[in-house]
Amino acid sequence: MVKQEHTDSIWILCEIKEGRIIEASYETISRAVLLSRKKKAKLCALALGYNIERRDLQGLIEMGIDEVYYSDDVRFAHSLPDDYVQITISVLKKHKPDIFIAAATTFGRTVMPAIAAGLNTGLTADCTDLDIDCKKGLMIQVRPAIGGNIMAVIETPLHRPQMATVRTNLVSLPNRTPNRRGKIKRINFFSSKNSEPCSEWLDSTKIGSKMPLDKAEIVVAGGRGLRKAENFSLIRKLADELGAAVAASRAAVDMGWVDYHHQVGLSGKTVTPRVYIAIGISGAVQHLAGISSAKSIVAINKDPSANIFKIADLGIVGDLFEIVPKLLQEIRKAKGRKR
Amino acid sequence: MRIAVLVKQVPATEDVKIDNKKGTLIREKSEVETNPTDLTAISQAVRIKKTIGKGEVVAISMGPSSAIKTLREALSLGCDKAFLISDRIFAGSDTLATAKVLSRALQQLGPFKIILAGNKSSDGETGQVGPSVAMQLGLCFTTYVTSIEKVTDDFIVIRRLTETEYERIKLKLPALLTVTKQVCEPDLPSLRNKIRALELKIPILRATDLGIADSEVGLKGSPTKVMKIFRPKIFRKGKIIKVGNVRKAVKEILLFLEKQGVSSQW
Repeated sequence: MVKQEHTDSIWILCEIKEGRIIEASYETISRAVLLSRKKKAKLCALALGYNIERRDLQGLIEMGIDEVYYSDDVRFAHSLPDDYVQITISVLKKHKPDIFIAAATTFGRTVMPAIAAGLNTGLTADCTDLDIDCKKGLMIQVRPAIGGNIMAVIETPLHRPQMATVRTNLVSLPNRTPNRRGKIKRINFFSSKNSEPCSEWLDSTKIGSKMPLDKAEIVVAGGRGLRKAENFSLIRKLADELGAAVAASRAAVDMGWVDYHHQVGLSGKTVTPRVYIAIGISGAVQHLAGISSAKSIVAINKDPSANIFKIADLGIVGDLFEIVPKLLQEIRKAKGRKR
Repeated sequence: MRIAVLVKQVPATEDVKIDNKKGTLIREKSEVETNPTDLTAISQAVRIKKTIGKGEVVAISMGPSSAIKTLREALSLGCDKAFLISDRIFAGSDTLATAKVLSRALQQLGPFKIILAGNKSSDGETGQVGPSVAMQLGLCFTTYVTSIEKVTDDFIVIRRLTETEYERIKLKLPALLTVTKQVCEPDLPSLRNKIRALELKIPILRATDLGIADSEVGLKGSPTKVMKIFRPKIFRKGKIIKVGNVRKAVKEILLFLEKQGVSSQW
C-alpha cells in the first residue's frame, strides 16, 4: 500500500492460544502505547481466535487499546496461516493503519511476512526496540543483525502500514486502567473464496518442560566448554539442585547436546532470570543478546579473555569440570544441614 | 514430483567491523558458506524425491556470482539442477524484494509441487523470505518444520515446533515449507555427485530474463531502509576471580547465590 491512503492509527496483532490472549501480545501493547503517545494516534487491536475469553478483550481496553476488532471463528482454532492471513489483510486494507506490529513468536514470524507481502509493504523482523522519529513521523525499528554484533536502525518511509515483529520477554506488561473506555467490535467478513483451507491441523503434543525457561528465576546454561553430550548432565544436575531451568548456547544446541527450545540468545530465547549461571559459554554476542536483561550473571570459563566475563557480575576463571562437581557437592551439603 | 530448494550463501564469520564514518559494514574476511539450515533443506528435498521414487530437485539461489559455489554444493548433495538468480540491480533488496525475485524465478522454472527452504539464514535471521514467497505465489505454507512424516502426490504431513508444542499439520500440495535443522541430518556428498556437480552447467537468470524492472528490486524496490548501524553495548562491571583454588571459587559462587536470595529457598 502506498502512503497517501493510510490513517494515523497503530494496530497490534493479538495472538490467541486456546481462547486466551498470550502474554507476548500484551508486551506488544506496552510497546504500542509508547508509540501512540508520541504520535498521539489511536490504538487498535486485532484478535482472531476461537472461543475467545471475553474478559481478555475487555482487558485490552484497560491496557490502553481504543478499539478492539475481533472474530471468534472455528477456522482460527489452530492458528493456521491460510484464512488468518487473508482476513487480516482485508481488515488492514479497510482500516489502513499507519503501523502494525506483532510479537516475534513462531506464529508472528510466520503470518506477518505473508501479511506484509499481501499488502506489498515492508516488515522488520525481531525488533528489540521501537520508537517514533517525531520529525518524520516514522516508526524507528531497531533490530540486531549478524549474530547481534550489529544493531540496525530501519525505517519504512513510503509504504504502509509500517510493520514489525517485536522480540518478546524484554519489556514489562502494560498497566491497567480499570473502567477505561473503548470499543469492542466484531468483524464481519464474508466467507472468502478459499472456503476450504489448504492446511489442516491434525494434533499437538505439548513439550514436556519442568521449568519454562523464559519464566525461570534461576537459569543454568551450558556451552561448548562442556566438550561432549554426556557432560551436559552436569548442567542438568546443577539446575535440578537449584530448582533452575536448563539453557544452552547455540553451539551446544547445534552439536545436538540439548534440544532447541533450551537455546538462549538471538536465535533462541531471551531470558530475564534473577540469576543466570553460564558454564563453559564463551559469550558470543549472539548469546549475550539473550541474557543482557538477566538481573545477575555468574560465569564459569577457563579462558580469562572470554567475552562472557564482560557481562558477568561474578566471573570465575577456572576449570568447570573441577568447579561444578564441587559446587554440586557443597549445595547438597548445605541443603542437608538445613533439613 | 518436482521439488525446489531455496538456498542462500552467507558470510562464514560473524566478525564484522563498522566503518564509523560511512556507517557501513566492513567484512574482514570474505569467507562464505552455504546457510547451514539450507543444507538440511537440500538433503530433505533429495530424500523426498527418493521416497516418491521419481521427479527432480532444483536448487535456486539468489546472490552474487560467488553463490555458484553454493549451488555446486547443492548439486553434490544430490540436486538434479541448479539456477543462479543474479543481477546487480538485486543488490540491497530487503525481504519483500528478495521474495519478489525468488517468486518470479519459481514461476518461470516451475511448476513445483514442494518448495523447501531453511527457516532462516544465519546472517539476516529474519525468516521472512519463505512466508513472503508463499504469499506472493498464493501457496499453502508452514514454517519451523522439524520432521516430514508423509508425502504423497497430493499432500504432505509435517511436524513443526512452536514455543509450547509439536503440531502435526497436513498441507495440500503445492506447498512451501521452511525447515529447521532438526528435520534431518544433512547428507555427505557422494563422489559421483561431486564429479557431476563440477560438470553440470549452472544457468544464470538475470532481471530481464525474469521480467523484473529495477523499480521492483534492490534499494529502490525495498520498502524498508537501513538508516544506520551501530554496535550494541551490553557490558556491565563485575568481579572476576581467577581461581587457583577450587574450594575458594565454589565459596564465592555460594556467597553470590546467597546474596541473590537463591540459597534461602533451600
